[in-house]
Amino acid sequence: MTLPQIEIQLIAALVAITCAIPGVFLVLRKMSLISDAISHSILLGIVLGFFITQDLSSPLLIAMAAIAGVITVILVEAIQNTKLVKEDTAIGLVFPAMFSIGIILISQNANDVHLDVDAVLLGELAFAPFNRWYIGDMDMGPKALWVVGSILVVLVTLLILFFKELKISTFDPGLSAALGISPILMHYGLMTVSSVTIVGAFDAVGAILVVALMIVPAAGAYLLTTNLKKMLLLAIFFGLFSAISGYWAANLLNASISGSMATVLGIVFLLIYLFAPSKGLIANVYRDKRQKNEVMLLTFLLHLHQHSDKEERSVQHLNYHFSWSQKQAKKILKLAVDNGLIYVENPYVNLTEKGEKFNVEAINYILSNQTEKVERMKQDFLLFRG
Amino acid sequence: MSILEYFDLVISDYTLRTITFGTAALGAICGMLGSFAVLRKQSLLGDAISHAALPGIAIAFLITQTKDNNMLLFGALISGVIATYWIRGIVTRTHLKTDAALGIILSVFFGFGMLLLTYIQKQPNANQAGLDKYLFGQAATLVTKDVKMLLYVLGISLFILLLFWKELKVMLFDAEYTQTLGFNVKFLDLLITFCIVLAIVLGLQTVGVVLMSAMLLAPAAAARQWTDKLWVMLFLAAIFGIVAGVFGTAISATGDNLSTGPVIVLLAVGIVIFSFVFSPTRGLLMRHFRFKKNKKSFQQTKILLDLYRKNKSEEGEGIPLQVSNFPVRTMKELQDKGLVHIEDNAWQLTTDGITQAKNINL
Repeated sequence: MTLPQIEIQLIAALVAITCAIPGVFLVLRKMSLISDAISHSILLGIVLGFFITQDLSSPLLIAMAAIAGVITVILVEAIQNTKLVKEDTAIGLVFPAMFSIGIILISQNANDVHLDVDAVLLGELAFAPFNRWYIGDMDMGPKALWVVGSILVVLVTLLILFFKELKISTFDPGLSAALGISPILMHYGLMTVSSVTIVGAFDAVGAILVVALMIVPAAGAYLLTTNLKKMLLLAIFFGLFSAISGYWAANLLNASISGSMATVLGIVFLLIYLFAPSKGLIANVYRDKRQKNEVMLLTFLLHLHQHSDKEERSVQHLNYHFSWSQKQAKKILKLAVDNGLIYVENPYVNLTEKGEKFNVEAINYILSNQTEKVERMKQDFLLFRG
Repeated sequence: MSILEYFDLVISDYTLRTITFGTAALGAICGMLGSFAVLRKQSLLGDAISHAALPGIAIAFLITQTKDNNMLLFGALISGVIATYWIRGIVTRTHLKTDAALGIILSVFFGFGMLLLTYIQKQPNANQAGLDKYLFGQAATLVTKDVKMLLYVLGISLFILLLFWKELKVMLFDAEYTQTLGFNVKFLDLLITFCIVLAIVLGLQTVGVVLMSAMLLAPAAAARQWTDKLWVMLFLAAIFGIVAGVFGTAISATGDNLSTGPVIVLLAVGIVIFSFVFSPTRGLLMRHFRFKKNKKSFQQTKILLDLYRKNKSEEGEGIPLQVSNFPVRTMKELQDKGLVHIEDNAWQLTTDGITQAKNINL
């Protein structure tokens, strides 16, 4: 590995960590798309900052961009508060407008602004090591490393200091207000922090990858755990993993680093989405199917319980009564026999003692409106589940 | 060149006419279909789909190795539909909410698209330049073929809307009820989603990935402020879309160095702001006046009642009725209405005032 390669990976890693932390809270607060809005509207801030300073590397640009981000949030909320449109429409109106003004300002002054909209949107990590910071003659390393590094330090400090407050205001704003932690203060604090993070990070990796690095790791982590600390750690891990492997994939394909990082993130998320143990797609479909079978079993047992006359309990009649397909009926019958709830005396079906007991208990719960307890009964009675 | 001269030119100049027709048709399509997106609370779906179309364009190019517009748009359409279904899968099958689902799909698909585009750019094939016009849109690249395509889609969506008008309307407002009526909600949903994706994909060439979402929802959000009727809303949204398209093209063609996409979007957002403020029923201005009026009438009623109760008890306890103890402006208004008058330096109800206060007091 050459020095620029190490530096690029270091920057990518720092950006990934920096983005993952606020990202977790944005996803939990159902405000993910605010990051998309902010990452686009900061263009306007940067352009205005450039007009004031005429210097693309001035820190004022970052400050202006962060302000533009906060203004986006304020505007979105102001529009939401008028109740004239639904909430997401407000986001969809504000950022394209600010972005458009930014683009028009750039194109009007195309001769003096060396701002490339492509670069703003997509970023180019490969160039980051060449933009270096010198004190006197001493080379301090890539500028992006310092910017993102200091944002990360501030972020981690804030996170540790306000962890409890953030947690409470995220999950229960009412309780947080009652405890004297202003949810509004927390909200705007988080928005400012996100805004600064996006500004710091997008310079290195571009606006769209910032969104990917914020939302995707956090969403993936959310599918794996319900513990906030674990979620933060997992999100950071996913971010780091995608950043490093994305870099090498880009190297291999000789293509955009940020694009490849986003793609790896997408693959990671796809895998989690499919295979997450309890919340993934497959687990979900499997659970749905089982639940359906178990409901069918319960209906079947209750039916047997209600009808003592032989005619109602003949296998032929069951087919007719429930309008189940042959296959379904066989499956449910087998399930009931396996669990020792019924025995078949051709052509009649009878409840066993265990089956009767199951029914009595279930009816009891259903009549007293405690249907949730039926779920627990399944664990007591069923050896094999649907 | 002034705007008026421009419109003279539109009639005579072939290129300008093509572009103007194109943006107008796009505005009409987006306005109509955007209304559905807005009413179904799917405003930002457009943003996600427009970003998600990028890998489709790139893959279509990689496969066909040509820049045939329709092939590329077909690719975009497919990846847009895939994205829509994945978003839906995430929302229905996991506990992640719509915002996260949109954010994931938007950024991942776009990133993947960028990866492919940069990969294509480094291929030894001279044909690849120009794919990035889809990023920011260039209305100037519209040719007759594209405009025809836009008009076809406009016709098709109009036809679908008219054919399924009643069903779509019920579905918009109560999907479950629609299902109980025996309509195939899944099919209707597929139909309208497909139309929306189609509109977005067609718009990419003109306004670009980033601004497409605004094109879709701004005319609809504006139209929503003026009416509570669906067909009026659709009609107005289409008109707003056309106005933004035509005038946006005109302004950007007459100004120098103004890209069309941003100008159209800013015009559309301008229409939204105007509607927010000036709409006669929901507008902020009317709301403000109504609030003022209510406040005034509430104050007057309260004073009338106060005076009436004092009169009845005849003791005049509590605050004295001296003129100085009452708000000057409200009392003047009441006096002008002939409900109160001054007697012995104190406010008294007139006969009219007493009758009115009695009515309120009941």
